[in-house]
Amino acid sequence: MAKISLIVNGNPVNANVDPRTLLVQFLRENLRLTGTHVGCDTSQCGACVVHLDGKAVKSCTTLAVMADGHEVRTIEGLAADGAPLHPMQEAFREHHGLQCGFCTPGMIMTAVDLVNRKGHDLPDHVIREELEGNLCRCTGYQNIVTSIAAGAKAMAKSA
Amino acid sequence: MYEFKYHRPATVRQAANLLVKNEDAKVIAGGHTLVPVMKQRLASPPHLIDLSHIEGLDAIEMKGRSLVIGATAKHADVATSPIVGEAIPALAELAGGIGDPAVRHKGTLGGSLANNDPTADYPAAVLALGATIVTNKRRLKAEEFFQGLFTTALENDEIITKVMFPLPKKAAYIKFRNQASRYALVGVFVAKRPSDVRVAVTGAGSDGVFRATAFEEALKKRFSHKVLDGVSASAEGLNSDLHGSAEYRAHLIGVLTRRAVEAATAK
Ligand SMILES: Cc1cc2nc3c(=O)[nH]c(=O)nc-3n(C[C@H](O)[C@H](O)[C@H](O)COP(=O)(O)OP(=O)(O)OC[C@H]3O[C@@H](n4cnc5c(N)ncnc54)[C@H](O)[C@@H]3O)c2cc1C
Ligand code: FES
Ligand code: FES
Repeated sequence: MAKISLIVNGNPVNANVDPRTLLVQFLRENLRLTGTHVGCDTSQCGACVVHLDGKAVKSCTTLAVMADGHEVRTIEGLAADGAPLHPMQEAFREHHGLQCGFCTPGMIMTAVDLVNRKGHDLPDHVIREELEGNLCRCTGYQNIVTSIAAGAKAMAKSA
Repeated sequence: MYEFKYHRPATVRQAANLLVKNEDAKVIAGGHTLVPVMKQRLASPPHLIDLSHIEGLDAIEMKGRSLVIGATAKHADVATSPIVGEAIPALAELAGGIGDPAVRHKGTLGGSLANNDPTADYPAAVLALGATIVTNKRRLKAEEFFQGLFTTALENDEIITKVMFPLPKKAAYIKFRNQASRYALVGVFVAKRPSDVRVAVTGAGSDGVFRATAFEEALKKRFSHKVLDGVSASAEGLNSDLHGSAEYRAHLIGVLTRRAVEAATAK
């Protein structure tokens, strides 16, 4: 077992984990943060994307021990329970950016990272290129792209 | 995934000692090749030595006429580094085209080279630019380092610490992506160096990255895509799989080399 201490959604977390625990398993099974999904488990689909030190990473391809001493943010960390949704979440709701919702947490965490890196005025082709690592089996992407463009603008206003 | 013990050394020397002391131990950097392989139980190292917390091992700097990139520099760091963008923009573009944004936030230069996947991007740049791979033990020229499919000159207890890229006069990388995996179906890195011209091809060779000498010879006379009319790559020794035949890959080498030379001369 290995002792790890990290910050998850702003709260300090200490735990004893088997080193082979994936970050996504740790989040879902130890911390019960089940908003982060496992779609493929083979690093392809992006359903498991969380922020590690502010950057989008695939938590199915990251060991929990490697996050020791670091900061993790999950979809649950974007807006407090009962508080208004994060502008990117709100944009997905408003623009119908989801159907079954399975890919949505990963899409939104990827989108927020994208805005952090590339700003609030995002041409469609940039959004599409940046979604390379996120698969959606329902929407056909059109509304996801629309949602992200709108969410990016809304984030500028709320910042 | 099988059980293993996790180590987090603070220095390369500590990491190397751990490798010597623990039989079959492996280093892990970004984990974006090793973790998937361990999940599939194709690798089961009893000890994992995490390089990602060694301070300074991800540094990017100019040293004289060389761009020096630390082994744990992530693809995203290389893609967005103003130093790389100034010195060898083709290298920054290559790094920015690896996988997807989340992969680029974790995957590293050293991990990519040590793995020597026949469809990886960095090996083409390292071979075409004539880079030197520096380890905790020695310096290796690109042509000695790559030794075929997933095989390198690295010894069991050897760790890549940095890579030194001499500055080219002109360079460009063009990748024809496999739409599913995002790796290169074929990728061609062309470098006009002070002394010669090099054309390195990834994704195509059944023995990994290689130099397309026929194209190099033609380009040495004049660095222009015009001299490439009539030059073609042979399908012999190229991969044939469900993604493309050897003949198709040979064809792509010609097309991408022309495009790369055009891109390099336009810069
Ligand atoms: C979805 C996906 C898409 C990808 N697409 C591409 C692509 O388009 N092009 C591309 O080139 N790659 C691609 N990759 C691979 C990615 O770039 C990997 O991250 C990279 O090849 C390995 O780097 P790493 O730091 O993750 O290595 P790790 O997985 O940590 O290690 C890989 C191997 O290298 C060894 N190693 C690591 N660092 C060192 C070192 N400093 N010295 C000695 N040995 C070392 C390890 O022991 C291990 O055997 C993709 C990966 C994924 C998951
Ligand atoms: S579950 Fe991690 S990429 Fe699909
Ligand atoms: S909404 Fe169903 S997978 Fe994207």
